[in-house]
Amino acid sequence: MASTAKEMKEVLFGPIFANNPIALQILGICSALAVTSKMENSFVMCIALTLVTAFSNLFISLIRNHIPSSVRIIVQMTIIASLVIVVDQVLRAYAYSIAKELSVFVGLIITNCIVMGRAEAFAMKSSPGLSFLDGIGNGLGYSVVLMTVAFIRELFGSGSLFGYQVFSLASEGGWYQPIGLLLFPPSAFFIIGGFIWVLRTFRPEQVEPQD
Amino acid sequence: MAKKNESLGKTLFVVITLCLVCAIVVSGAAVGLKPLQQKNAALDMQRNVLDAAGLLEPGVDVVELFNERVETKLVNLNTLEIVEQANGLGPIAYDPIAAANKPEWSTTLEKSEDVAGIGTREDVTKLYFINDEDGNLQTLVVYVRGYGLWGTMYGLLALEPDLNTVRTINFYEHSETPGLGGEIQNPRWVAQWEGKEIYGDELEEVKLDIVKNPTQENHDIDALSGATLTSNGVDNTIDFWFSEKAYRPLLEKIRKGELSNG
Repeated sequence: MASTAKEMKEVLFGPIFANNPIALQILGICSALAVTSKMENSFVMCIALTLVTAFSNLFISLIRNHIPSSVRIIVQMTIIASLVIVVDQVLRAYAYSIAKELSVFVGLIITNCIVMGRAEAFAMKSSPGLSFLDGIGNGLGYSVVLMTVAFIRELFGSGSLFGYQVFSLASEGGWYQPIGLLLFPPSAFFIIGGFIWVLRTFRPEQVEPQD
Repeated sequence: MAKKNESLGKTLFVVITLCLVCAIVVSGAAVGLKPLQQKNAALDMQRNVLDAAGLLEPGVDVVELFNERVETKLVNLNTLEIVEQANGLGPIAYDPIAAANKPEWSTTLEKSEDVAGIGTREDVTKLYFINDEDGNLQTLVVYVRGYGLWGTMYGLLALEPDLNTVRTINFYEHSETPGLGGEIQNPRWVAQWEGKEIYGDELEEVKLDIVKNPTQENHDIDALSGATLTSNGVDNTIDFWFSEKAYRPLLEKIRKGELSNG
């Protein structure tokens, strides 16, 4: 199976807007709500998820011809779970303060539908190289949404970006009264909803037909 | 080929090999990174202590400053004596919060005693004595914790040498709502604690309160708006840890200068 440059490009960049895992496939919403109150946390989460998706796709694709279909989900889970534990351990060793806040959510990457979804839908029937790119691409698609949501939530919810104060807060003598709702997970629903709306306005082909 | 994969032998082979490989990778990562992780955890705690003592400034070498200024001691809360080791661990490695989770190293609290909602109290606590250049006590940092709205709030409280006046409090770990209860970490709220006295004149009853509309200038701290349960939790935390059940007898002993090595 020779993969052309065009095919590779499509696999890598397609998931960002054309086939975004969150906006179109509606996968991985759970963590998108939980970690997006700060950009720093979201950024680490994006990197972690992208790496896990890419490498789980790679390994699953490498052994795809040997996985008995009766136990394939368990095999995929084992590989994903191992990768997630490794990522968590690395974070604890090299980014301790972030790991303290994110540990719960990093663990939950195991159940993140994007990772399982891509392993089952793509890696099981594609070559390792393409699967790896597909993992990176879907990770990027997830990251675009997460970073957009985190940008809005942190800027208007705390008046800061990546922890740097951008708006001076009213509680500290400044002018900006933060929108408290944005610090709570449900606000991410509204923002993701808005994101999907904007995306579908520019790409009407993503709108589902009326029932 | 698909047929061959479905045989029992092949299935077992794939599953077992995969498990072995994954087990090796996971344990390799856990064991290989452990020293770094422990160093990080210790460094984080040292930073919290220095922060509580007001010594933490940007750019300082945390480890050096800690070793230079802070003296760590383990004290048995039941016998009120200094111990060299607790549960086989020295003052640096001992973790009072981990000990509180082990039945044999802790005391289970009665419902009526357990105002802070923590269930068990460790038998041996860890105290951080920060001395000035002449070796006189400048700050004493103690562990406090209590149940807030969503979970246990872990804090370090720094006391002035009279062991009654609060220098500051640092809740280094909690799961309160960001923007509401999470404001227990807001420097502006924490600043209120400075100079507040925990006990009344007789040094017996805990007088420090977290209330709406403070009235007693020496003892009252304005509660967090929109976070009544978190504020109550902090209030209970102080009530418990400075009561007869926890630090009061110990502070009395240190105040008299009688705390000595067992």
